[in-house]
Amino acid sequence: MTSAFELARGVGGDAVATSIGRARADAHRALLHVDESAKATEARGLLAGVPVVVKDTLCVTGTPTTCASRVLEGWIAPYDAHVVERLRAEGAVIVGKANLDEFAMGSTGETSAFGATTNPLDPSRVPGGSSSGSAAAVAAGIVPLALGSDTGGSVRQPAAFCGLVGLKPTYGRVSRFGLVAYASSLDQVGPIARDVRDCALALSVIAGHDPRDATSVDAPSDDWVAAVSRGVRGLRIGVPRSFLEGAEPDVRATFDDGLRALVDAGATLVDVELPHAKLGVSVYYLVATAEASSNLARFDGVRFGARVSGKDLVETYERTRALFGAEVKRRILLGTYALSAGYYDAYYVRAQMVRTRIREDFARAFERCDVIATPTAPSVAWKLGETPTDPVALWLQDLYTLPASLAGLPALSAPCGLGAHAMPVGFHVTGRAFDEATILAVAGALETGLGGSSSDGPAFAGGSASGSGR
Amino acid sequence: MSDFEAVIGLEVHAQLATRTKLFCGCSTAYGAAPNTQVCAVCLGLPGALPVVNARALELAATAGFSLGCDVRPRSVFARKNYFYPDLAKGYQISQLDEPLCLGGRVRYVLDGEERSARLTRIHVEEDAAKNLHLGGRTVVDFNRAGTPLIEIVSEPELRSGAEAEAYLRVLREVLMFVGVNDGNLEEGSFRCDANVSIRPRGSTTLGTRVELKNINSFRFVRLAIESEIRRQEALVLDGGRVTQETRGYDDAKDATFAMRSKEEAHDYRYFPDPDLPPITIAPERLDALRTSRPELAEDVRARWTKELGLTPYDAGVLTAHPELARYVDDAARGLAAKVSLPANVAGKKVANFVMAEVLRDVTTDGLGAGFPISADALVDLLALVEAGTINGKIAKDVLVRMRESGDAAATIVERDGLAQVTDVGALEAAVDAVIAASPNQLAQYRAGKTALVGYFVGQVMKATKGQANPAQVQAILKAKLDD
Repeated sequence: MTSAFELARGVGGDAVATSIGRARADAHRALLHVDESAKATEARGLLAGVPVVVKDTLCVTGTPTTCASRVLEGWIAPYDAHVVERLRAEGAVIVGKANLDEFAMGSTGETSAFGATTNPLDPSRVPGGSSSGSAAAVAAGIVPLALGSDTGGSVRQPAAFCGLVGLKPTYGRVSRFGLVAYASSLDQVGPIARDVRDCALALSVIAGHDPRDATSVDAPSDDWVAAVSRGVRGLRIGVPRSFLEGAEPDVRATFDDGLRALVDAGATLVDVELPHAKLGVSVYYLVATAEASSNLARFDGVRFGARVSGKDLVETYERTRALFGAEVKRRILLGTYALSAGYYDAYYVRAQMVRTRIREDFARAFERCDVIATPTAPSVAWKLGETPTDPVALWLQDLYTLPASLAGLPALSAPCGLGAHAMPVGFHVTGRAFDEATILAVAGALETGLGGSSSDGPAFAGGSASGSGR
Repeated sequence: MSDFEAVIGLEVHAQLATRTKLFCGCSTAYGAAPNTQVCAVCLGLPGALPVVNARALELAATAGFSLGCDVRPRSVFARKNYFYPDLAKGYQISQLDEPLCLGGRVRYVLDGEERSARLTRIHVEEDAAKNLHLGGRTVVDFNRAGTPLIEIVSEPELRSGAEAEAYLRVLREVLMFVGVNDGNLEEGSFRCDANVSIRPRGSTTLGTRVELKNINSFRFVRLAIESEIRRQEALVLDGGRVTQETRGYDDAKDATFAMRSKEEAHDYRYFPDPDLPPITIAPERLDALRTSRPELAEDVRARWTKELGLTPYDAGVLTAHPELARYVDDAARGLAAKVSLPANVAGKKVANFVMAEVLRDVTTDGLGAGFPISADALVDLLALVEAGTINGKIAKDVLVRMRESGDAAATIVERDGLAQVTDVGALEAAVDAVIAASPNQLAQYRAGKTALVGYFVGQVMKATKGQANPAQVQAILKAKLDD
């Protein structure tokens, strides 16, 4: 197995030019903005000369930041997000901004105001979301590494749908400074890459305390790259059997292959219960939407972004905010309702109480195991246009990624084989708080046990400029 | 006596005296050009995050300790959500369920009687920006956005406009003396809203309340409350009912007017701000803040009346501002040390001179412009009087020259030849000349109208341009007149 980074570093400054060339031909609508003038300048650093795209929820100085929304059209960020500063400091080159579900609200890429991203493994299918463009850009070979943001699975699920590795760090591990907020108590920036080692390397670049984010934690870093090859001998892998019933048979079967590979590598399986995990969807869609209803209030046309003037202030607010897409409006309304006088205790407060139960479930489970494994999503990527029209039916697809988000725990998705329609299945691993090392070790063992990344898209330094996958 | 009793609660917004804003590093200085003290955080730009100013929390805790509050080791910031152009983020960061301070009390004197009102709470919050209306356009100045405030909420225990005014004066004084607030009403550093309702005397239930907003002086608070009480009484006596609303005060008409009604009231959808973990202050830090508070005005006054023998009135005048009180104390200490006077004697001399001479400039220039001369310079001036180099009258003249030139007292006395004339020969000559020129007065004096000695002293002082030693002049005159 060769790391895409090693390939990128191997071709030096040409890697950026290759990236930009492929980005220009972007057949999957993975990118919203390409920096044609991007050049490698730093010869040193962990990511020297590596072209990277970041989700368009992350601020990059002098670059449009739209969150794939008409509301932010025309806004140029005046500063770099903390993670962007970290990338640059290690020599990475930001070549573009990745498409996404509008304001990171969606799990298919289809709510983007600027057109849906398609899955490079099968362009008739969705790439997952909301970090749809970040995953597609890596899967299509445009870049070896992308950053996404994960609020309820938005890094992990598209990584699963595109056959990639996606990591959501522990809440507080990575600064949110410069990340346009969706749900502040859940948002974390995470990497998407072709293999586990690259993800670990990216984590070591973006992790670290930042005094500009009051929720950033000053926690010691591990040698995450080394952790990838540390093995799983003796590790106890918790499997919440009753929770797995929501998955499709093909996903279950492929997930079981992954478990077997880990057992072959020396891990033991332990049955655990997460009794409140199934309530994660209900809790998430109250807590996240409540926070979003407040976080998105600033998009009012007064200071930045789009403004659609009306006859008075209220009409200007209404017309400007009518630019939000249907899913964003739905979540703002739901969250506003959950916080309203007379409903707050029944919805928001109750949801926070259940959130605490979910955290306690994990604490209890981690007394018996070291990591918890489930599939990343109950099914493989579906076809564009086959997305459930009932929003709740779609939200229920998030059931495996939401509990770790609500508990603030580190989690990743790594490929564990192909399911129906030869589409990849993601293996989801949740760890203890700040124990990214162990979940990376599990993912590393899985990758080795299954014979390398299941993604066989174009190698980064070679391949066709179209980057259209197989 | 009216059949009604008024029930008044006050909400005071006091700006915390920090250099920078509550959640970012922007300056809080007043009066800068619009939108020059702003950043991504206080403009609410996408991706910006708040970080709490620890100094603001400490000042708020100091305010709490000074008012006898229970200052909590844990408090929580919450978002108050509403749309308005002066609110950058679409929400204000404030505190609701877990404020920094609970309880407390303000003690004041009303009609010679000591009284007090309990506080409900003190919480910390950020100020909004300022809408400016230019012609038909509204623009927003965000310099003020994010300025740290405390909101001090009283229980509805006040009963009159005069009582509200007494409460506010003491509250402002306490906050100024502990260094929490600059007390500047004109710049909006100390603002008050009043909730006013009436009820039949003897009733214990609360009537429908009206909120009086945007009143910018203590006198107007009193007048607005009194006017609103009269309005509510007349309304109820007329068979009407008070409606819950927000009203302003028109001082020209001495009447309150409706601003907005309850129907337009917001549902603020408060919830804990997920960007800010609960605030915790270590017990040792709280203890340090509790024990290191500066002296309150009432303590200074008690000390001065007891130790310096100042009248309560004079002590009151000299504690109108903490910097004035500090000035008097500094000068008193300096003078006592310089001329080896007992502390109380030096203090009394300084207090009298400051009251008579220095305050004249302070009240006209305002404390913002500082004192006409520093406390050290004042000590040097008064030391010259003590040493007999100049007399008290010349000292006033020297003070004026010091203020104009910025020179030291001794330099001015030397340069302008203002030293006291103590040479007996010179004084006797001056006295002789005055007596010779005033035969009528001399005759009257000798006929028993001895009060005329004052006239002779005045003439001698005039003849010596005020530089004669008055005690010596008096003695010489006495001897010669009674001869």
